[in-house]
Amino acid sequence: MAETLTHTETDNKDLWDGGKAPFKASYGKLMMWYFLLSDAFTFAGFLIAYGTLRVSMDTWPIPDKVFSTIPDIGLDIHNKPLYFVTFMTFVLLFSSYTMVRAVQEGHQENQKGVAFWMFLTIVGGAGFLGCQAWEWNTLINLEHMSITRSTFGTHGEAGVYLDENGKPNGEAFGPETSYLLHKIDVSTHDDHGHGDHGDHSHGDAHGAEAGHGDAHGGHHYAAPGDYKDAYVDEDGFIHRKFMVTEEGSVNKGQILHEPFGPKAFGALFFFITGFHGFHVASGLLFLLIIMINVMTGLYIKRKNGYEMVEKIGLYWHFVDLVWVFVFLVFYLL
Amino acid sequence: MGLSYEASKAIANKTIIILGIITISEVIFALLGKGYIIEGMHFPLIVISGVMILMSIVKAYLIVYEFMHMKYEVPGLVKTVILPTLLLVWAVIAFFWEGADWNKRRTLIKDKNQEPIGLIDNKASTQTGMLIKNIEQ
Repeated sequence: MAETLTHTETDNKDLWDGGKAPFKASYGKLMMWYFLLSDAFTFAGFLIAYGTLRVSMDTWPIPDKVFSTIPDIGLDIHNKPLYFVTFMTFVLLFSSYTMVRAVQEGHQENQKGVAFWMFLTIVGGAGFLGCQAWEWNTLINLEHMSITRSTFGTHGEAGVYLDENGKPNGEAFGPETSYLLHKIDVSTHDDHGHGDHGDHSHGDAHGAEAGHGDAHGGHHYAAPGDYKDAYVDEDGFIHRKFMVTEEGSVNKGQILHEPFGPKAFGALFFFITGFHGFHVASGLLFLLIIMINVMTGLYIKRKNGYEMVEKIGLYWHFVDLVWVFVFLVFYLL
Repeated sequence: MGLSYEASKAIANKTIIILGIITISEVIFALLGKGYIIEGMHFPLIVISGVMILMSIVKAYLIVYEFMHMKYEVPGLVKTVILPTLLLVWAVIAFFWEGADWNKRRTLIKDKNQEPIGLIDNKASTQTGMLIKNIEQ
């Protein structure tokens, strides 16, 4: 059986002749490993697609700017790069640890211990999903991201923003500076409509922070149209205008407006974190079912050291393992 | 498992602490390298990426080998799972290579689009010729 694993005896010639378990793992556990192997390839495919598209573009939203909001706990919710996602990572790591403990208690045939640690695992997993829901909500409802639209963009060249008279306002930015396109509410045509929480953002080069909020504060883009300092499109997105100041650029001196970020970014982000979130959610469902089985005493009769807990444990650790790479690819690099 | 309950518990405790420390270091390194902690300080992209990827692989090793007990499995089982994943190394290299090439083409097309119109009108044949030549390079 699976729980008596040793590294010894491979000289046994009829090991593969049937009737024995050459890998010293049960069928279920072995197949869980191979399922996870195939799942690893699926995730790898997604993440490699992200990387390939990212290196194929000359600008890409800067993760520290995109993921820089935290829930309102009395602090400024903006300009907190990676804080929230680090918290999420720790929640998932913690639930992975409690899962290990549940498996260990299972080997001891300790029914109460297994149920207790599995319960904590479920709490951790649900907490992670809650964090992800908050993050998605912020991106979709406050920052107006969608699978076909990235409101986060990055300047390719240095420039300076224009004021309401169409003259440079001294708010300069360098290349590789990230910005967020804000949105007015086009449905009401209301003067208050331009505001949302994303306003004081997220944006902008070191030192240019203050100017950003002010430039918007005095303004009410009441309706879509071409303004001297911004172009407001049909959907109400404010594309601020700027003059390119990059030395040696063919665009030098031209007036341009901020474009949307790469389309692929939103789709990749929502699909990959969504696929991972789906794994977490289905893992939670299985954890819940198995925890109930543990509590009703089903696995006591099997006398196999709670092997079912071990199998769901493998799956749960895999979800954590995938998160290590999602965290690396989306947030750290 | 060849290990006693106490020993495996100790390993689990140790592993989770190491994983936590690595995660914290990753975040600090990312923020440090991009100038959030010390103003104006930037590490080259290759250094940041290299260190991050290395630390993530260490984390992956710890999760698979300790939490998922791969370390205590029969060598044959380990090989059937670990060896196929090595194919991904080539997948990463090949696709990034391709992606970098797309980037070159996008840049070339952008540059060509920005050339003054008069120049193309005067020497239309030369310009087209250059475009093809550049793509072939």
